[in-house]
Amino acid sequence: MKPEELLELLKHALGGLAKEVTVRKGYVEVLVDADSVVPVANKLKELGFDHVKSVTATDYPKESKIRVTYHVSSYLREDLAKPILGLSVDLPRDNPVMESLTGVWRSSEFQEREVYEFFGVTFRGHPDLRPLLLIPELAERRVLRKDFVVKEESIYEGVPHRYQ
Amino acid sequence: MEGQKLQGMVVRRVEKELYEVFIGPQHPGSGHMRIIVRLDGDVIVEADPDIGYVHRTMEKLSEVREWLKPIPLLERMTIIDACNITVPYVNALEKLMDKSPPPRASYLRVLLCEINRVASHLYGFGIFGVFLGHSTMYMWAFGDREVFVELAEILTGARLTHSYPIPGGVRRDMPQDFPEMARRAVRYMRGRLEEYRRIFVDNPVIVKRLEGVGVISRNKAAELGIVGPNVRASGIRYDVRLAEPYEVYDELDFEIPVFEEGDALARTWVRVEEIKQSLSIIEQAVDWLERHKGEPIIPKEDYDKLPKLHREVYEKTGRVKLLPAHATMKIPAGKAIARGEMGRGEIIYYVESDGGTTPYRVRVVTPSARNAIVFKYIVPGHRLMDLPAIYGSIDYFPPEADR
Repeated sequence: MKPEELLELLKHALGGLAKEVTVRKGYVEVLVDADSVVPVANKLKELGFDHVKSVTATDYPKESKIRVTYHVSSYLREDLAKPILGLSVDLPRDNPVMESLTGVWRSSEFQEREVYEFFGVTFRGHPDLRPLLLIPELAERRVLRKDFVVKEESIYEGVPHRYQ
Repeated sequence: MEGQKLQGMVVRRVEKELYEVFIGPQHPGSGHMRIIVRLDGDVIVEADPDIGYVHRTMEKLSEVREWLKPIPLLERMTIIDACNITVPYVNALEKLMDKSPPPRASYLRVLLCEINRVASHLYGFGIFGVFLGHSTMYMWAFGDREVFVELAEILTGARLTHSYPIPGGVRRDMPQDFPEMARRAVRYMRGRLEEYRRIFVDNPVIVKRLEGVGVISRNKAAELGIVGPNVRASGIRYDVRLAEPYEVYDELDFEIPVFEEGDALARTWVRVEEIKQSLSIIEQAVDWLERHKGEPIIPKEDYDKLPKLHREVYEKTGRVKLLPAHATMKIPAGKAIARGEMGRGEIIYYVESDGGTTPYRVRVVTPSARNAIVFKYIVPGHRLMDLPAIYGSIDYFPPEADR
């Protein structure tokens, strides 16, 4: 299915729920309001988008928002296996909360846990929201946000002065 | 113990009738991970995969490295499948830069990807053999994998972490005598697969332990979003090389093996059949490369920028010496997704650029990261002895899942 056909399909199915539809390199991004993410996800699932490939968040401190994107595609409908659809939601950076989509797509369960630990996004209704990869102490520091700066160590750091 | 709490420790009550067994994290199989299993007798009622022991902050580190430097970083996730894991990242950069590699470079990438795929499946078979107590399979698979690791070394100069693809091309051309070596390896491996069948895949003991174990139905596979040979063993015909052919996969002649049963035995068979297909692709790739000797492996605009000395090295030895400008290059702002089919399944990269010298965001989802959910939803209901069979059959690899 070509991007133009997909755009037509989306326009027909989502109607006014999509705030913005953009053709990006390799996927089509649909931006929706945080309130309408569950109905939109349900509609996409009815169309045949049956699994989540990636749940991504990106931190934009200047605009004070975090964008969460679900990249979905299809296994069971072969004509929908080629396009990737990015379902995006913008959340306020100081209190990022959204509905979990695990009820629609079970495959997002572990990746929502990842977004939770790395960005501090809370997913309401997630069956088991706790850190996946990090220990709890590290997860509290929201390490993938832009204000967590990686300290680069010089190779001489910690070497006694007389050897430098 | 009262009052003493270590960093990261979680204390909670467990039910009296159930046994809680901690499997791992001291390397229960193919790397450090832990499965917390609750048992009623020897039947698993709940399994909680506890992963992250080998998390190495790939996504964060990619944001503070110049565009080229994540290539040797990211391939550390799966050193045994290094070309397959970096090609989609490079493809994502190429999409942002509107650059495409010359055909010879694409064929060389595909050649190395398929050598990696065979090596990755053989590694999986070896680990699977250990899980099932079949030490001959372990020895054979690891020994035969060496043939393909050496092929990769002859082609790239490194056994495992090749850092072979670069945006726009590859780092090195093929040595003159490579096609003959590749054909010998292919002939050897075809003969060995027949012996594998007799000693392992058709072995009555192995069949008894795998048949009907860890069954994932077609709909369940789609619901859980699992990838690779695991999804193809459940009757779903999905392979990135077929769905969205990258590089030159659309010019090559190969099949996607699909099985309907969805059990551990079917997942094993998919891998055997995939090795056969990869061997055929290796043959087609070296044939093409032999017919098109001397064609460029980097784009013309990159070649034109090379100083005289670099050109001489490139023309005499086929090695691409990168200029400092490559390390500090800027990539136009934009968002791109690229995916590829690794040995263990689909890998997907989301790369965002703000026009600077480092990525703004790199998101990578590896096949094992998506397969980890199988432990939670497929393992319960089986006996404890089936857990190694399921673990081995989904070819789970913790360093890849933890990223």
